[in-house]
Amino acid sequence: MSSTTGIIFSNIHDKNIPELTKLRTIASVPFGCRYRFIDFALSNMVNSDIYNVNVITQHNYHSLMDHIGSGKDWDLARRSGGIKILPPNIMAYSGSTASGIINTRLEALKSTYHSLSRITDDYIVLSDCDVICNIDLNDILKYHISTGADMTFAVQNMEMTRERAQSNTIFFSDEEGKITDVLAYPRNFEGSGDICLNIIVANTGYLQQVVLDAIAHNYTSLNRDIIAKNIGHANYRVYKYDGFFGCVSSFEDYFALSMDLIKNPELRDELFNVKNRPVYTKVRNSVPTYYSTNSNVKDSLIADGCHIYGTVENCILFRGVKIGRGAVVKNSILMQDTIVDENASLNCVVADKNTVIRGGVTLSGAESAPYYIVKGKMI
Amino acid sequence: MYKKQKCVAMLLAGGQGSRLYALTEKTAKPAVPFGGKYRIIDFPLSNCVNSQIYTVGVLTQYQPLVLNEYIGNGQPWDLDKMQSGVMVLPPYQAKEGADWYKGTANAIYQNLNFINRYDPDYVLILSGDHIYKMDYSKMIDAHEKNGADCTIAVLEVSLEEASRFGIMNTDDNLKIVEFEEKPAHPKSTKASMGIYVFNRKVLEKYLIEDENDPDSVNDFGKNVIPKMLADGCSMYAYPFEGYWKDVGTVSSLWEANMDLLGENPKFPIKDLSWRIFSRNDPLPPHYISSTSEISNSFITEGCVIEGEVHNSILFSGVKVERGAVIRDSVVMSNVTVSKGAVVQYSIIDSGCSIGAGSIVGRSKDECSEVTVVGADNVIASGEDIPGGSMISAK
Repeated sequence: MSSTTGIIFSNIHDKNIPELTKLRTIASVPFGCRYRFIDFALSNMVNSDIYNVNVITQHNYHSLMDHIGSGKDWDLARRSGGIKILPPNIMAYSGSTASGIINTRLEALKSTYHSLSRITDDYIVLSDCDVICNIDLNDILKYHISTGADMTFAVQNMEMTRERAQSNTIFFSDEEGKITDVLAYPRNFEGSGDICLNIIVANTGYLQQVVLDAIAHNYTSLNRDIIAKNIGHANYRVYKYDGFFGCVSSFEDYFALSMDLIKNPELRDELFNVKNRPVYTKVRNSVPTYYSTNSNVKDSLIADGCHIYGTVENCILFRGVKIGRGAVVKNSILMQDTIVDENASLNCVVADKNTVIRGGVTLSGAESAPYYIVKGKMI
Repeated sequence: MYKKQKCVAMLLAGGQGSRLYALTEKTAKPAVPFGGKYRIIDFPLSNCVNSQIYTVGVLTQYQPLVLNEYIGNGQPWDLDKMQSGVMVLPPYQAKEGADWYKGTANAIYQNLNFINRYDPDYVLILSGDHIYKMDYSKMIDAHEKNGADCTIAVLEVSLEEASRFGIMNTDDNLKIVEFEEKPAHPKSTKASMGIYVFNRKVLEKYLIEDENDPDSVNDFGKNVIPKMLADGCSMYAYPFEGYWKDVGTVSSLWEANMDLLGENPKFPIKDLSWRIFSRNDPLPPHYISSTSEISNSFITEGCVIEGEVHNSILFSGVKVERGAVIRDSVVMSNVTVSKGAVVQYSIIDSGCSIGAGSIVGRSKDECSEVTVVGADNVIASGEDIPGGSMISAK
């Protein structure tokens, strides 16, 4: 049986949703009533028997560390292996970080080479946090091993607008799945293409060699400096995944995906109700949600610990949200411990954690431009 | 190496709970689900942890599988500790022979070696069939202050109820002068809650004496406490104020669940300063559809609600299909209530399937008995389960 280590990049793509990553990593962006983005990457790994997981982080990582804790909620608090958070390593006497600021996956791997070099497992699974899916990584691993690839990239074919293509990596491959070309964040591409899920399987020895090479040459981009250059002689493969995946490239994407989660029961099933592959998250021990006699709730996804006295339609309520009497909340996402006082009215609002909307206040955004309330704000 | 503990808690969790009938056919009473996402044992365990008591022995005997699995290594209650934590203590075979736990006192007697490992000053005896939030550390403080040998937590009950309990008659300083088990003519209304603090040495002495007494039934209430009182031990009552409910019967279990509901519930379980911890499956948020109607109810993770839910407690993963109605009921994990079914004044144990158009139970006005459907039953479409029925677990 082969062994595998996971590496998760917690900050890459922070810029996708600046509203929600001002105070946190993209990995710790709250999603789907009770989860954080990283829960999907972590659960995918644990459900595929990967119990060695490194999380590389750089800034804003307090919320991430608070969320992960010892890792026990994912079964990753372990004597051997388990979860390891790798923040920037500030060297004594030098006054700067070992590697400077990380912007890319390759830079992140370079900055943590001391950890990478010690991995003795046969394979490494790399995962970003901007992709929401429930995928069996063992399937990719099996494919990777059977093709004798150096690296395998999970992709999905989709129709892309120019904007969508701009924030993604697109792979071209032959009939056997061998990669023939790669476009990283192209500005002139639209139409059908294989979009990268940012889940990559690599042979450990190969990845260690590539990163050493990148250090020596000061390469910064995995796609441009490694993949594109080596396509001729290396064995890079695509693994075509046809299950659901949600890609969050913008705040509007985040809102749309959340609303999809309400409207589309198949999507919920594919994400949350897969046999043997539950999605784990931090346990908060909230009490069940209380619906009062006057509550009126339709088409909503609701976490535990809420108190609902008003009207809620087409909303995502995180844990501990309180909706006061006479309040009307529609098409909105209210994060943990939001309080909506009596007779307030909200439409197309994304309220970050611990916000308070006082009685009688009316707020409305538009579906294409939801109104965002920053963490802890009182309105 | 065992770290000395000020207090070791011993939780009596071996009882059958026979008056819960179908609900305890396959599980011990302390493992009976409660309040949407808890089990009864979560209350004493969480109380221990919130009272900074981190060494807990759980004495099991009857149907322990679910209970053992649930307690596991104690992680949900932070009781997975290196030098203490929670320990499940089943009856065992010794050199002199093997014995089931004959009574509450005998169960503790058989585990004196567990208690003595931690060299505790006090032993707290708890039972696994009550719903309440209590700071045991305050009781231990009172015990210390009084210099007592034994302190018994008491609850003020009404004079009518008093004859159902063990009643403590005390002097003005709460020193116990007389103990009466279920008195016909109670002299006081201080009812024993079955929560005792003992000085360990005194407890050990009396348990050994009790064990050697062939006439004893080895019960705290019937033998040990009266004997100590007769010997002139220093015994005090500790008055408890707050919500406390013995959930030993179907109707009291139903009532205790209902006490969680309302805008000002009788038992406010949502109190972040005294949290109740539990072990839960990883499930997604619950979904409320456009066809649903919900009032005065508790709903938790994994539920999908398309029908009506009124004055009810739903556990995780309950599905209520379109047109189905649940009223005044407790519906445990992973129950499906199909289209048009009506469930009233019932407790439905986990894993049941209630067929389309079936009728389970009657309204509280029509029938005064709670209907109980044991675990994993399939109620056929259109079937009519009369009010007050008791259906065994499958």
